[in-house]
Amino acid sequence: MEFLSYLISGISLGSVYAIIALGYTMVYGIAKMLNFAHGDVIMVGGYISLLSMTALGLPWPVAVLLAMLVCTVLGVIIEGLAYRPLRSAPSLAVLITAIGVSYFLQNSAQLLWGASPMSYTPIVSGSVQMFGGRLSISYVSLLTIAMCIVIMAGLTLFTGKSKLGKAMRACSEDKGAAQLMGINVNLTISLTFAIGSALAAIAGVLLCSFNTSLMPTTGSMPGIKAFTAAVFGGIGSIPGAFLGGILLGIIESLAKAYISTQLANSIVFAVLIITLLVRPAGLLGKYVPEKV
Amino acid sequence: MSKIIRLGKNRSIALTKTRVMDFATYLGVIIAFAVVTAMGSAGMLTRSFSGQLVPICCYIVMAISLNLTVGILGELSLGHAGFMSVGAFSGVIAAMSLQGAIPSDPLRLGIAMAVGAAFAALAGLIVGVPVLRLRGDYLAIVTLAFGEIIKELINCLIVGYDENGLHIVFNATGTKSVADLGLTESGIAIIKGAQGATGTDMIASFTGGFVLIMISLIIVLNLVRSRSGRAIMALRDNRIAAESVGINVTKYKLMAFVTSAALAGAAGALYGLNFSNLAASKFNFNTSILILVFVVLGGLGNIWGSIIAATVLTILPEALRGFEDYRMLAYAIVLILVMLATNNPQLKELFSKPVRSLKSQLSGGAKKGGAAGGQN
Amino acid sequence: MKKLISLVMVLAMCVFLLAGCGQSEEPAASDSPSEAPSEVSAEPAGDETDAEGASFMIGGVGPLTGDNAIYGTAVMNGVQIAVDEINAAGGINGYQIEYRFEDDVSDGESSVNAYNTLMDWGMQLLVGPVTTGPAISVSAEVYNDRVFALTPSASSPDVTAGKDNMFQMCFTDPNQGSGAATYMGSNMAGSKVAIIYRNDDAYSQGIRDTFVAEAANQDLEIVYEGTFTADTQADFSVQLTAAQSAGADVVFLPIYYQPASVILSQANAMGYAPTFFGVDGMDGILAMPNFDLSLAEGVMVLTPFSADATDEKTVNFVAEYNERFGETPNQFAADGYDCVYALKQALEAAGCTPDMSTEDICTAMIEQFTTMTFDGLTGTGMTWTSGGEVSKMPLAVVIQDGVYVSAENAG
Repeated sequence: MEFLSYLISGISLGSVYAIIALGYTMVYGIAKMLNFAHGDVIMVGGYISLLSMTALGLPWPVAVLLAMLVCTVLGVIIEGLAYRPLRSAPSLAVLITAIGVSYFLQNSAQLLWGASPMSYTPIVSGSVQMFGGRLSISYVSLLTIAMCIVIMAGLTLFTGKSKLGKAMRACSEDKGAAQLMGINVNLTISLTFAIGSALAAIAGVLLCSFNTSLMPTTGSMPGIKAFTAAVFGGIGSIPGAFLGGILLGIIESLAKAYISTQLANSIVFAVLIITLLVRPAGLLGKYVPEKV
Repeated sequence: MSKIIRLGKNRSIALTKTRVMDFATYLGVIIAFAVVTAMGSAGMLTRSFSGQLVPICCYIVMAISLNLTVGILGELSLGHAGFMSVGAFSGVIAAMSLQGAIPSDPLRLGIAMAVGAAFAALAGLIVGVPVLRLRGDYLAIVTLAFGEIIKELINCLIVGYDENGLHIVFNATGTKSVADLGLTESGIAIIKGAQGATGTDMIASFTGGFVLIMISLIIVLNLVRSRSGRAIMALRDNRIAAESVGINVTKYKLMAFVTSAALAGAAGALYGLNFSNLAASKFNFNTSILILVFVVLGGLGNIWGSIIAATVLTILPEALRGFEDYRMLAYAIVLILVMLATNNPQLKELFSKPVRSLKSQLSGGAKKGGAAGGQN
Repeated sequence: MKKLISLVMVLAMCVFLLAGCGQSEEPAASDSPSEAPSEVSAEPAGDETDAEGASFMIGGVGPLTGDNAIYGTAVMNGVQIAVDEINAAGGINGYQIEYRFEDDVSDGESSVNAYNTLMDWGMQLLVGPVTTGPAISVSAEVYNDRVFALTPSASSPDVTAGKDNMFQMCFTDPNQGSGAATYMGSNMAGSKVAIIYRNDDAYSQGIRDTFVAEAANQDLEIVYEGTFTADTQADFSVQLTAAQSAGADVVFLPIYYQPASVILSQANAMGYAPTFFGVDGMDGILAMPNFDLSLAEGVMVLTPFSADATDEKTVNFVAEYNERFGETPNQFAADGYDCVYALKQALEAAGCTPDMSTEDICTAMIEQFTTMTFDGLTGTGMTWTSGGEVSKMPLAVVIQDGVYVSAENAG
């Protein structure tokens, strides 16, 4: 019974990682850049939703939509101001810029909202009791898992079927050729950032409902974990990010429960390393042999 | 026949130019050291600046060593602080345990740095053998993972020393403490798990830092200009071509990676012995990133640039204290603007015009390396 | 070469920015009280303080940015209130206080840098550093420089060990750990205790170690110990489930209030309701913005300071803090406030003047601190050992209806 409960908490934690990782992976797939500021967009999403619920008194669905809107705009602005001018620059330069943006968001948040942690009211509360109360699953966990599946399916459909989604995939294959085919590459990349940031806002709300506390550095560790999850599953692959996130959550939870709470992170990272040694492009990543 | 002569001639010119640059680098560091020391003895330095001298030396060595991995070998490493950590803690243990045996501080510092370098090199070898098979962002994430693992392992480490030798306890369950070391009365606890190394004897000195920088420069510059160095750069520029002319990929990659780790370890030992308290959490992902920022800002493969970037960016947050609450925000903005200014084609054009004539004279110097972690 | 030029440009830009900031600094600082100007020039005060150097230079070091910013900010604000009160009342021995607080991001290296910056400024007495690791690093410097330092909140014994001029205002970790165990042993004998603590944090680990050591002498059974680190503090469901299935009826939380609030909330979500027992780091949980007070119902806390206390000093301090900084002060702010008054009492008793050398002040202060008795917000009749540890007893309180109630009075 305990095992089941550990498993479920692992899956719901993993679902949060998975939603963040989906954002990472989409941006990576198209812009070929590691957007280290992604975790901080999550934090912004958390603050916006919290403040619109408490200060403005909005009901939670509106608050979530508002957070998504703000994050989408923020994502597009960041891309336009900081990343677009570096489109032709070496990827390391973009990486460092992304880190700069991450510091910028964290410190702006601290100036705007203060350094003290705020308590986050979960958007849904309570839990389902099963087996005579021996197993309880909180509604937040269920909601997180459900959202994660919905988002994963939605994104797969979007990139697979819609015209814009196809344009995205084309850009990710070959930007030059995509442009020649009449695809507006800049617009497509902006759109990717918009979607990624909207996902970050949702992730922010779910993460905070789970973690119930919010401070300017809230996003950074989940950001790194999600990055790990995205690489684990094969970066650039949407089902890969989903699988990577869930597995990471489960491993973390079970390692805490049965091996050592001290070394839970190390165990997660060790599994990642071993996986990459066996499958150098991640679980579902495509291994592209180099052409001479 | 004439072709060979022409080639030889070009090569000798190029060599001279790089030699000149190398000597300029050594000379620059020596002059900087002499000036700072002279100012220090004349009492012209503020405490705030002289307090930063040793950390600056550490960061310079870190930047030089990471440049070897990222700029010259062309592999993105996000876990360089992990090697610094290994070096720092092994160096502190060595220095503290030898307190009785070797009373001379500089000698003990030297031994500590050597021990730090050795352990970090060992860690580099353990990490490098499996990891260097990966490429690009996958290699980056694995180095990040190793950095985090090293941090957590050291967090669980409790080490003490008494006349019976070293006592080491690995606290994996979280239930052990210094009392479990079984130290005798005269024993000292060197590393106390989460709290890290406390009560360390602060024997690091600016001179020690200077010597370490010079040693790192000699090692790195000689490696780069050697046959092995050219093999390493060939791997960076085109692995497949390099492999096809018979360059041993694993050997040369490991050579660069382990050297880089060893230097980071020596820098870590110096750093660890400069503060009376040092926790493993200091060497986290953010520190690795900080060093990477030095390297990228200074120019990939450009050792001179790394030295300057490390110095400027270490002083910068202190110089920005006047901003108070806006300090780190200002740091972030400066970072973004500099990256945009140096990497955006239009902006670059704008700034490079006035210096083009100067640049053409000294073109042998700053060679840009290939980007690690790119899609190519 | 281009990079070189760009670096030179960075330097130039920084200088430019700095120059620009120098001008805007003062209005920016006085605009909004919540930003608490960390550099407060002496008020154009009184008749005595015209001459240069005729005021006591008190410096503070603590995190104002980063994860631990809340603690540094609280101390900075608490000290600020005390300094302003003292200055308004005529200063110490007739001399005003000049006060400056520097950020250390809770990092040893930055902390030493901040300390050096303050030494350049002319600091005579140090209040800080706020967090334990940096405090240990700075204490070695303080010892070499013979500057008297009083840390409001760095609680590890290593902070003061071997340094005769480093004193603590908070009670030490061992004090709290064994205090908690003794309290539990006499009031909740026979309990099954689970401990959840942060093992990469010296404070948390320190209290846990002494708690476990003392619990062995009490009628307590430790059934589960769970840890977490800064990197894994998002999810405690595993630790809570394990504690629940181990049958723990008391969960001891020697951690800061932020993770504690998450634990309370997640325990509530899974329907697990043991008695939660916190230490002084838990203080502040009730003031956390938007915190659901019902979650903290019945939580026991060992704390030296309660913002709901009704004595005049506390009421005034809380009102003043609320007015100026828009929030209820926590224990850190109170410790910072007490530090300044303790320094004042000692300076007055020793008859120190600002023109004395820092080392002479230090010697005089050591003598005073080891002999004097001090009454403050965080305790009465406080005395210090020559090792620098303060003796004050933690007070057990229970949270009822969102306020602290003394544990003896709790129904």
